Parts: sequence; structure tokens; C-alpha cells
Amino acid sequence: MARLRDLAKLIRTKNAGPFQLTMDIMFPDAPTYRHVADSGVVSVALIAGMFKVAPGQVKLFHYDPANAIKITIPRQVTSGDPADTDLFGGQQFAPLTDVEVPDFPAPRHA
Amino acid sequence: MTRQIRYLSPTGVLGVGFSEDHFLAALERDIAFIGCDAGSTDGGPANLGGNMPFFSRGAIKRDLRILLKGARGIDVPLMIGSCGGSGGDWNLNWVWEIVQEIASEEKLHFKTALIASEPDRELLLAKYRAGRFRALEPAPDIDEDTLRDADHIVAMMGAEAYQEALANGAQVILAGRSTDAAIFAAIPVARGFPPGLCWHAAKIMECGGAAVVTMNKPEGMLCTITDDYFELEPVSPEQRCSPLSVAAHALYETGDPYLMREPGGVMDLTHARYEASGERMVRVWGSEFRPEPYTVKLEGATRIGYRAMVLGGVRDPVILGQFDSWFGGLQDRIRENIEAVYGQSMAGQYRIDFKLYGHSGVLGPREPDLGRTPHEVGVLMVTLADTQEVAYAIAGQAAHMVLHHAVPEWQGLVSNLAFPIAPHFWSLGPAYQFVLNHVVELDDPLELHRFRYEEI
Repeated sequence: MARLRDLAKLIRTKNAGPFQLTMDIMFPDAPTYRHVADSGVVSVALIAGMFKVAPGQVKLFHYDPANAIKITIPRQVTSGDPADTDLFGGQQFAPLTDVEVPDFPAPRHA
Repeated sequence: MTRQIRYLSPTGVLGVGFSEDHFLAALERDIAFIGCDAGSTDGGPANLGGNMPFFSRGAIKRDLRILLKGARGIDVPLMIGSCGGSGGDWNLNWVWEIVQEIASEEKLHFKTALIASEPDRELLLAKYRAGRFRALEPAPDIDEDTLRDADHIVAMMGAEAYQEALANGAQVILAGRSTDAAIFAAIPVARGFPPGLCWHAAKIMECGGAAVVTMNKPEGMLCTITDDYFELEPVSPEQRCSPLSVAAHALYETGDPYLMREPGGVMDLTHARYEASGERMVRVWGSEFRPEPYTVKLEGATRIGYRAMVLGGVRDPVILGQFDSWFGGLQDRIRENIEAVYGQSMAGQYRIDFKLYGHSGVLGPREPDLGRTPHEVGVLMVTLADTQEVAYAIAGQAAHMVLHHAVPEWQGLVSNLAFPIAPHFWSLGPAYQFVLNHVVELDDPLELHRFRYEEI
């Protein structure tokens, strides 16, 4: 099985304002994007478990115009708080990189 | 002939730089105005709370000199939003002083609007009591004291503030905290172009030339709006936009790629379409804007104490093989020692945040890879207390405790930390916290902002 880092052209996180963290998983073409999006591996449940937030706090978008899956969650603490570990939120995507994606279906032969 | 308006965004954030020759070439393109965003909350709450600019004075002055000479040379408005990074009154005045200095050096003469964005606190309290605040998701709990105690509170102005200043003859607008898009939407909306196109274009243009395929250096973007579409063109001939690069820009630092809230409504990009126009340009249409009751977003920063820090590295494999149990015991010993030295009254009067690099320094409690034996760990300890003196004292105490904390397998006095900087602990100054993620409903878009006009 391929990992998200093998299929995506960019996986990133960044603050969306001081109270939210947003993640973009961007794919190089529509078929790869569709395959990953349709596989359902990047789900509210996966993100809630990985980032330790309640499922109701996860906003997940399939953004077709840029072949991207986007997720926004609350920050653990506001940016710059004494307990904050990542002021810009730029390195929080790391656990996403190794998420495994089911293989593409084998090509059908007539 | 279809009517159109064209404008220039020379760079994504004032102070980061751009090529002067590309900028000068863009001035020849019949532009109606120049806009530039100067704001960012990336630096955290200290920029607003502690009156600190986001970029250096030298960097801001370099960019502003080119922009002021350029805008005055072709006599178009220059609008700078969120001056000084946070857009607080101190930050706005800091930029105003730089502008006056440049005007004097370059012998420029113009009328400036200064739009201050720190609302009168009594006015804010009245709005709060009248139930006109709404919490965004997620928002901290607030009360009247939150609004009284914050060191600084700014209200993000909308396009109406720029329109007001222009109607009063301003040639240069220096705005306090502003929505990024308001800077660029103000004039096109006022001239009656479709609001959906004006706002979507503005949301892209506030980042300068960021929506290009490969951004190897910060440059600007030209935008042309018609009644049917808007078209983006990078000012650097080496850069190009693609439908994908422009569509992807809706992802950057946004919570939702389809719906984006502005003071007077929400832009809806659900039906936006992107199409290449020649080799380097992209045409966009279909974006919508739905008016909603007028609200402005507030940002507030409050001082929560003073900090000091210690940084040291652990390389001893005997410690690293049992790092979690060794370090867990250590935190209790630090607490006991501080209370023994400074008295029981110290309990609860300070905090120490530990960042363990090589272990969980970046992801903290979300780190999934705990349990491996690291080959070294960087221990960053940041203390917070009501006074700088106490924060500094506790940092020194904590450093000493970690340094000599017993390792069961070793006998005798150990030195557990490699300190890379001398002295090994130091004061960090005041610490701030963001305390508001709220909007306030207004009866008049301009009621929280203060306008002043200056002729140079």
C-alpha cells in the first residue's frame, strides 16, 4: 500500500488564524486525488484520533478545483501560548504522511 | 468595449521585499491603485500586545519608499492595511513615522488618511452588554474584564473604511487592523463591479504574487476586473499562474476553501471557475458574495506574565534509555525544590513548559512515535511568572535541578545537560496571549474606527 506522502505533491499544516490549524493534502492530478478522496482513508475519525480532538470539531473538505483534501481543527492552544509548540503550525502534518492508502484497483482487461 | 479596472499588489506582505524593476514596469499598465497588506498574526500575540512590529524598520522603509514614489509618480491611491503587522495604534504610528521620513527625504507631498483600529473600550463594553458579541469557533470564554484588561484590542476594518478615506481625498491610506481582502476590494466594489469577483480577486491579491505556479521569490500580481470575470497576471515575466495555482490559493491559511467571511458578508467560491488565459494568466468567474449583517472581527492580546528559558542537550545513553521515567521524576523534584527554596507561597505562582526535542518537542501530546530510544534530546524549559525576576530565578533553579538529577546507574555527581549558549539561562521579557476570537455586530461599518487626515 502507498502512503499519503508517496501520492501527494504537498502535505502541509498552517495556522488559519491564531485559534485554528488547517491541513492541506494536495495531489498532482485528479485521478490520484479522486482515488484517495473516494477511499475514505482521510476521514473525520482518522483526524480526530490522530490530532486528539472531538470528531465534531473536525471540518473536512474535498476541494476539487485544486485536487486537494483540506481539514481544519481547533489548535490545542492558541498560537504563542506558553504551551504552544509550533507558532506558525507549520510542522503539525507529520503524522499524516504515513497514512496508508489502499491500492488503485487493477486495470480491467477485456 | 467592456469596462474594466486594473490594480497592483506589489508583494504579499510589506517588508518582505520585491523587485523594483518589475514594480516599475507594472506602473505602466494603467492601474487604478496600489494595495499592500502589512499584517500577520504569525508572530503570535506579542506583536499586538507588546507593540512590536512584524518586520524590521529597515525592511519596511525600503518597500515603502518604492511604493510611495511609485504611487505618487502616477498619482494613484496607495493603501496599506494592518500597518506594523498587528495594526495596533502603536504599530500604525510606527509606520506613519516612517512614511513622514520618506516623504521628507524624497520631497513628496500628499494627503494621508490614518485609520486607527483600536476601539474605545467603553464602546466595546457597551456592545458586549448589549449582546452584540458573537463567539467564533473555537473561542475562549470572555467577560467584561477580558475587554478591560487586554493590553490591546483591534477591530478588523472592512472595505468601507478605505472607501471613506478615499471619499475624503486621501492619496495614501495607512490603516490599522484590516481584513486583508478589504484593501483590494474597496475601490472595485465602490465602482460597481460584481462583488463576488471583487472579493475573490481581493482574497488572492492580498498575498501579492503568491498564487503563481512556483514562487521562488516574493513578487507582485496585477489584477484586471470586468463585469464578467477577473484576470490575474504575475508582474515578474519569469512567473506564471495556472488554473490550479490560483484555485489552490483558496486553501492557504483558510479554515474553509469555499466560504470566506468578510465584515459585510460571505464570499462563496463553490461555483468559481478557473481558466488559463495565454501562457501566464488565469481568468476566474462564478465567485459569489452574499451580504450579511455587518460584523467586524476582534483580536486582543493580554500580558500573562514574564518568561525566562533554559536550553540544554542530553546525550547520555543511560538517561536516554529510560528518558520518560527519568524525566517524569525530575518534574516533581523541580517543583519540590522551588517550593523549598522560595517558600510554599510559590506553589501555583509560576509554570514551566517543557519542550523535549528529539522526543515530543514539535507535536507535544499528539506525538505518535513515543517509545523509541532517541540518540539525543534537546530540553527546552520556558518559565512564566508574574515578574521577570521570579521567572528568571525559576529558570536558573530548573536548570540546576536537571543538570544534577540523579541517574540510577551512575554514582556520584552527574552533569546531565550540554548548554549551547552562555549564560545558560536568560530572560525573555513579557508574554502575551490571544484572548478574543469574536465578532461584534455594528450598526454602522465605521463606528469602531477613528479617522485622521494629515497633509504632508
